[in-house]
Formats: sequence, C-alpha cells, structure tokens
Amino acid sequence: MRMGTRDLLFMGLVFGGGAMLVASLLPNVSPARAGRRAEKRNVVADNPTIVSELDREFHREWAEAEVKPVGPAAQLVMMRRLSLALMGTIPSMQEIRRFESRPEERRLALWLDEILADRRFADYFAERLARAYVGTEDGPFLLYRRRRFVTWLSDQLASRRPYDQIVRDLIAEEGLWTDHPATNFVSVTIEPEKPPNPEKLGARVARAFLGVRLDCAQCHDHPFEDWKQRDFQGLAAFFGQVHTGFSGVYDGKGEYEPTNRKTGKGEVVKPRVPFLPELLVETGPRRTQLARWVTDPRNPNLSRATVNRVWALLFGKPIVQPVDDLLSAGDPPAVIKLLAADFTAHGFDLQRLIRVIVASEAFRLDSASDTPVSEAQEKAWAVFPMTRLRPEQVVGGVLQASSLETIDRDSHILVRLGYTFGQSAFVKRYGDTGEDEFSESSGTIPQRLLLMNGSLVNDKTKDGLFNASSRIAMLAPTDREAIEIAYLTVLTRRPSETEASHFVARIAGTKGKERQLRLGDIVWALINVTEFSWNH
Amino acid sequence: MESLIHQGLPHAHRRSFLKLGAVAGLSWLTPVGQLLAAQSEHTREPAQSIILLWMNGGPSQLETFDPHPNTMSAGGTKAIDTAVKGVQLAEGYERLAEVMSHLALVRSMVSKEGDHERGTYLLKTGYRPNATVEHPSIGAICCHQLPVGKTEIPRHISILPSRWPSRGGFLGPEFDAFQADDPLQKLADVTAHVPKDRDTLRVKDLDVIEQTFLRGRQRRVEATSHREAVQRARTMMSSEQLKAFDVTQEPLQVRKDYGEDGFGRACLAARRLVEVGVRCVEVTLDGWDAHVNNHEIHKNRAGTLDPAFSSLIRDLKQRDLLDRTVVICAGEFGRTPKVNVAGGRDHWPNGFSIALAGGGIRGGFVLGATDPEGIKGPETPTDVSDIHATVLKAVGLDPTRENVSPVGRPIKLSEGKPIESLLV
Repeated sequence: MRMGTRDLLFMGLVFGGGAMLVASLLPNVSPARAGRRAEKRNVVADNPTIVSELDREFHREWAEAEVKPVGPAAQLVMMRRLSLALMGTIPSMQEIRRFESRPEERRLALWLDEILADRRFADYFAERLARAYVGTEDGPFLLYRRRRFVTWLSDQLASRRPYDQIVRDLIAEEGLWTDHPATNFVSVTIEPEKPPNPEKLGARVARAFLGVRLDCAQCHDHPFEDWKQRDFQGLAAFFGQVHTGFSGVYDGKGEYEPTNRKTGKGEVVKPRVPFLPELLVETGPRRTQLARWVTDPRNPNLSRATVNRVWALLFGKPIVQPVDDLLSAGDPPAVIKLLAADFTAHGFDLQRLIRVIVASEAFRLDSASDTPVSEAQEKAWAVFPMTRLRPEQVVGGVLQASSLETIDRDSHILVRLGYTFGQSAFVKRYGDTGEDEFSESSGTIPQRLLLMNGSLVNDKTKDGLFNASSRIAMLAPTDREAIEIAYLTVLTRRPSETEASHFVARIAGTKGKERQLRLGDIVWALINVTEFSWNH
Repeated sequence: MESLIHQGLPHAHRRSFLKLGAVAGLSWLTPVGQLLAAQSEHTREPAQSIILLWMNGGPSQLETFDPHPNTMSAGGTKAIDTAVKGVQLAEGYERLAEVMSHLALVRSMVSKEGDHERGTYLLKTGYRPNATVEHPSIGAICCHQLPVGKTEIPRHISILPSRWPSRGGFLGPEFDAFQADDPLQKLADVTAHVPKDRDTLRVKDLDVIEQTFLRGRQRRVEATSHREAVQRARTMMSSEQLKAFDVTQEPLQVRKDYGEDGFGRACLAARRLVEVGVRCVEVTLDGWDAHVNNHEIHKNRAGTLDPAFSSLIRDLKQRDLLDRTVVICAGEFGRTPKVNVAGGRDHWPNGFSIALAGGGIRGGFVLGATDPEGIKGPETPTDVSDIHATVLKAVGLDPTRENVSPVGRPIKLSEGKPIESLLV
C-alpha cells in the first residue's frame, strides 16, 4: 500500500514537472571552447586597464621566476570556481544548462553578473568576512547577536555599500546591538561586568583592517617588526571610552589604563596611531577618529588588507600568508599594491575588486598541466592553487549536488539550514578551521568518514523521491546522458571517455529501483573523490 | 655487590660516575662496568601512551589534590589521609587515596593564563598562545614523533571533547584528536550504509574518477593526502581495534567500578584504546568552572572523578599497562584561595595542582606546596612547559628536538626542562 503511494508520487513527478525538466536539463549544447579574450572586457566594464596592468605584473614575475603559466581553465571549471568562492556552493544543473545556452564569449561575464546580484553571494561573503571581524564564537549571551550582525553585513554587500563606510560603522557605530547591528563588532568583546575590551578591539582592527598582527605587541615588542607595545596600546586606547548601557554601545568618558607588566600598576595610555599620524584628526569621539584614520584613502593599509583577503576568498589562498599579517612579507607584493590602489581609487567597491581579480589571467589558469607542475609555478601563481574547500562549501556542494534545480535562490542554503555555520553539525564534524581559515591543510580521516558514511551524504544519495540520482535515473533518456548529468551535477564537468563507458556499463539494462540505487552509488563516488573536496 | 656500589649514590651521581667510566673507555669492558651500564641503561622502557584526563573549566586545587584543612582558604573543606604517609587529598577522593603510591602530585603549578581558552592552550600544548603559530598538543607531538606500529584506528583520540579538543596545530589537521562521544553510543560514521557488494563497487569506482583528475595534477593531488585519508578511513572501518570503543564488552563489575556515567565509560574506553596501541587519549570531565557554589560543584565532580581515575590506575596496574602509560589529570588552571560572595572560587593560575601517574613517573611523590592562606606564592613554582618536557621524556622523547613550523621557524617539542624528581 505504502509502496503504491510512493509509485504514484513518482508518476506524478514524471508526468507533472517531468516533461519540463527534461527540456531544461537536456538541451544538447556542444561543449565550449575559446572566446576568452573578448570576454575579459565584459567582466570589468569601466577602466579595464587595471586588468592588463595586473596581467603584465604577473608576466613580469613569471619571467623573473623563470616559469611558464599553465593553460587556461575550461569554462565549466571557471563556473564552478566562481560559485564556490562567491556563493559557497556548486552550480546547479539548471544553472549549467542556462550557462551553456549563452554565447560562449559572454558566459562567464553573465554568470558573474548573476552571482553578484544573487542574495546567496551577499549572505555567503558576509559570513566569510564576519569571521575576520568577530570570529567564530557565539559571544556573550544576549549582548551579541551574530546572526543579526551577519544579516546586516549581507544587506550592506547586497546594496553595494562602499567598503570604507562599512568599516567606519563597525569601528564607530553607537546604539543597541539589535537595531544597530554594526555595534556587535564592539559588543562581542564584552566580558561579564566589564566594558568592551580595548585590547581585543585594538587587535581586531589591526588584523582585519590594517593587515597586521599586533597581538604579540600586547605583551612585548614585536620580535621581527617595528611594532612596539606602545603602538598596540595606543591603538587599544581608541576604545578606552566606549561603554555599554541600556542604549547599547556609546562613547563616553574614561581612560584606557592597562597594567604595566613591569611595575604591576595601571598607567593611562593616550590614543595613538601606529603610523601616518598626520592623517589623524583629533576631533569627535575617539572611535570616530580611529575610523576616519583607518578609512582615509591616503592610508594604504585598509585596501591592502582587504585585497589580500578578497584574493584569498577567490583563490582559496592569500597572496601573503597569513591573511591578516601583511608585514610577514616585508614590503607588500606589487600585485597587492596595484589592486589596493585601484580599490581605493574606485571608492572601495568590493564588487569591482572581485571583477578585476576574476578577469585576471592568474584567476583563469588551469590547475592541471600537460607537463608536471613545479613548486616554482605554484609559488608564482603560474597555476591555479589547489586548496581544501571549507566545510560550508562542502556541505553546500553536497546539498546542491543532490538536487537538479538551484537550491533556494533567494537565500544561501546555510541560512535556511538555520543559524551560523559554526553550529551546523556537519561543519563541526568536518572540522571548522576557525578564523585562521586560509592556512594550508590536508584532508583528515574524520572528514572522509563523514563524507563516506555520514547521514547527510547517505540521505542525499539513497533512492529518495527528490534526490538527483533518483530523478536522473527516472528522467534521463539514455544511459550515457544519465551519466553525463550525474557528472555535471556533482563535478560540474562531463565524464571522460573512460569514465563514461565505465559507468554506462554500471547502469546498462537496469530499471526502476535498481537503476536509482546504482545512480545513487555513482553520485556517492563522485562526492567522495579529491576533485569534489578540493578547489581546483 | 651491585647494591653495595650503589648505596648512597644518588641517581644523578651514578650517571655522571658512569659517564666518567665511559670516557675512560673502561667501564663497559669490565663485568662491574657492564652491570653498572645495565643498571643505568635499564632506564626503563619508555612509556608508549598518554591518557590525559582533562578537567575542563579549571578544578579547585583546594577541593582536589591540595587541601588546606582548617584554614580560611579551605572554606570548610576537609582532608583525608592517603596510602602515602603525610600526603592528604581533599575529602571525596577516598578511592584515589588508596592508589596514592602510584600518583605524583604537583601542587605548585603556575601560569600567566587565567582565561579558559588560553589556559587550555597552554596546558595542552605547553606553549602560551601566540598569534604567529599554532602549537600542537602533546598528544599530536607524540603521534608525530613515535612510530605508527600496528594501530589501524586514529592514534590520537578525544572522548567527550570540550570546546577546545587537542589539535595538531602546525603539524596539520591529520594530527588533530579524533573526536568520539560517550562510548555508550555507537561510534559515528564508521559503517557504510549499503551492503558489502555495493560498498566494494563504490570504492572501486572512486578510483576511476580519481584517474581523470590525476592527469596533469599527479603531485598536487598526492599533496592533498585525500586518497591516503580515504584509505586510512577504510582501514579503520574494517579494523577489529574499533571494538576498543565498545565498553559493553567489559564485565559489569568493571564498568561499575569506573562509574556508570560518560566519564567513567570514557576512562574505561581509554584503557581499552591504549591496549590496542593508541598513543594519546584525552578524556574530558566538564563542569569545574565553579564561580558560584564551588564546594557543592566540586563534591559532585569528585563523585565522578574519584571512581574513574582510581579504577583506571588500578586497572592499568593489574594489566601491566601502567608502566607503559602516562596518566595526567589536569585542568586549565586552579581556583582562588578566597571563596567569593557567591560561594564560588574564581580563576587562579598562581598555584594549582595536577596529578601524574604511570610510565616513568615517581609514585607517592609530591612536588611543591602552596601557601595555606593563599597569600604567598607557591614553593618550587612549576612551569607548565616543564611538565610537558617531563612527560615527553617519560615517553622517550627529547624535548629539545625541534619541529619546523610552516614559516620555517624551528620549534622545540617543549621549551621546558624535564623535572628529574618526578621521574623514576
């Protein structure tokens, strides 16, 4: 009886949405080639010279390092890269079909336009940026509403608000953490019965907006750099007059009075910027002074720090490692300076920065090469880096791979899953890399166990009514097309000839439930390969 | 004859004496010299494993290993005698008192970290938190340094992990502790959801897809260790050693002795895991952060810790495992000698206690002492890094050996010095 109902539902699916689906899934478009040069111009509409300058700089560096860049990546690879980097998921079958129905030379430009206008981009990018601002922990009870904070940030990104303005709000906003969500930047540092913590805030500003790790100067002078303890304390002192009360975060009176580690006594420290003191205007609340100084277009650090981070979000790896310590490389690399100058000159427009990087030759290189890839090539960005995907990208990928249509276009999947990434059981088990999210790391056994045997992948690959594998089994007209759709859905590419014939043999002559199970097993295998869990 | 020679010669002297002999090129040629050498080399087999009982939240030294009865700081806490004359524990640790001859207490731990996260980092890694490098925990160091042997399951395991379980740090996430829940529950994700024949086919299929991706990326794919991790996960899934997690295979009485709660079961599982060659097991007992109602909370925690810890020591001893296992019981810091207005004690890193036992550790020994009124600093203040160096030495590792961090900075296994008095 129960089986009967189930079958009926399947029939309904086939006769109802089925016909339409088949049409949208299988418009046979010939695989793509060429047309990439022309397309570049479409990605950055105004002033594309920055892209040529960037490419020239890379060619200069490649020549200097005596390496040759590998060839360009295939269009579908680029499509996948963009989805993962900007929306934390992989392209849906539906999106792939639409992508391939467009003129070759405009596909990536249109895809990027679509992504940047998609709420999933704002949500995902906000979450990634929020890590740099407030970390991954949940913060003090009630005072700190991470969710609201991330939503606010997402709104700013969606409305394309200039980044310097966002940063000014984060540093200097007053009000309640609920209706002025930017104040969570400050309130997250509150400990029971204490005002917001000036040291923590100073360290955050240094790392997130200046691209320097000043934390060690908290206790002593920086071992390698010019940073002194008084630089750190001077920065912290800008938060020496911030308080919290019924009206939320506000600027009042008081002094920052850290304990001198030698004498054990408290000593008043006055606000002081660590460099470019001539840019500091000493009027208004201290936090406002600091915010103006950080975002002054003549202060290069905000742009440089932001460029390194956005680069890392796109490539999975920052130009300077660690992402929030530009000083570790000495003088910032030319590429950072170039992009940072353009970012500042164009009103701190994050979307433009993304477009410029995406249009660059470096971003469009393949991760494979006919000749063995050397470490020198990797070091010089002459080949696209292979990096471990973050847990939320993997979970986004698994969920999207199990559905043929785009999942929830209006909101990122994880928003729907509820609350922060940190709380999702999958992310926890997969191993969140925390704030230091771009440190290079390899795969672990618990991750493999989770993807091979975890309930999420099992639910998504078993013969379920709405699972992609079952629907492919039901709807694909031929074995070959079924395998091709499975590959496109999970790995955003077509199978090689060897793969196609291997898997066609797996499903040949099967019907009904048997066919669904076999396709489920194929999707399982596609999810468990290196290619799925690594950005490439 | 041997004993005659040694009489009155302290350990250290004996060694330097030997060294002199060796320099002279004589001692090892003579029968006496050989005997002496044997005695010194007998420097027992190093321990093979570590069990870290992690007291999350920071237990009060006064209500555990360092009672000061009838003082202001005791706040009414009484002390009990132990099997070792002159050494007392706080009331509630009656069973641990019986095995005191196997325990070493360090009552003079000092650190500068009074924050939970930072204190945890220090105690687990032996280093203070530092923005430029993430240090590995001691379990990760041991797994990295010592051979794999025949262990098919993860060699670094954290049962009932706290918010900050032991990590591999710069050694890489493959050295992170494998996290497991209460052993009462089946270990997650170690069984395939499909029948064997399908499972075999699926794994075979993986390789077909990998081959395509490998093309033009051979070295880079290898660098990911992805396929290696798949292989190791498969080995683990089919390993008999997984049964070590299943404490229901133990006699009922044994389970009762350890205590029929998560921590008791986890301690029992830890013993079973050590038996199959796991290098480091971390077992967490949470709930020590007693800012209010300190005494009541500690009484309750003792009810869990006392049976589990004492049974673990007895059980390891009975099975001849105690000599090859170092057991450490520690939290991130101690608690203030002063009881606050809420009847609680706050964070106190200026004189707290840890307990050590087993492989190479001198039982029945107490190092350092705190001021009964908690005003003066402790006698023989002991740094966390020295404890790390001591434990490393007990497992046969030279603490001064260096690893290289990702930015090429050499980092010692521990910056501390082994505390000879704690070692046999």
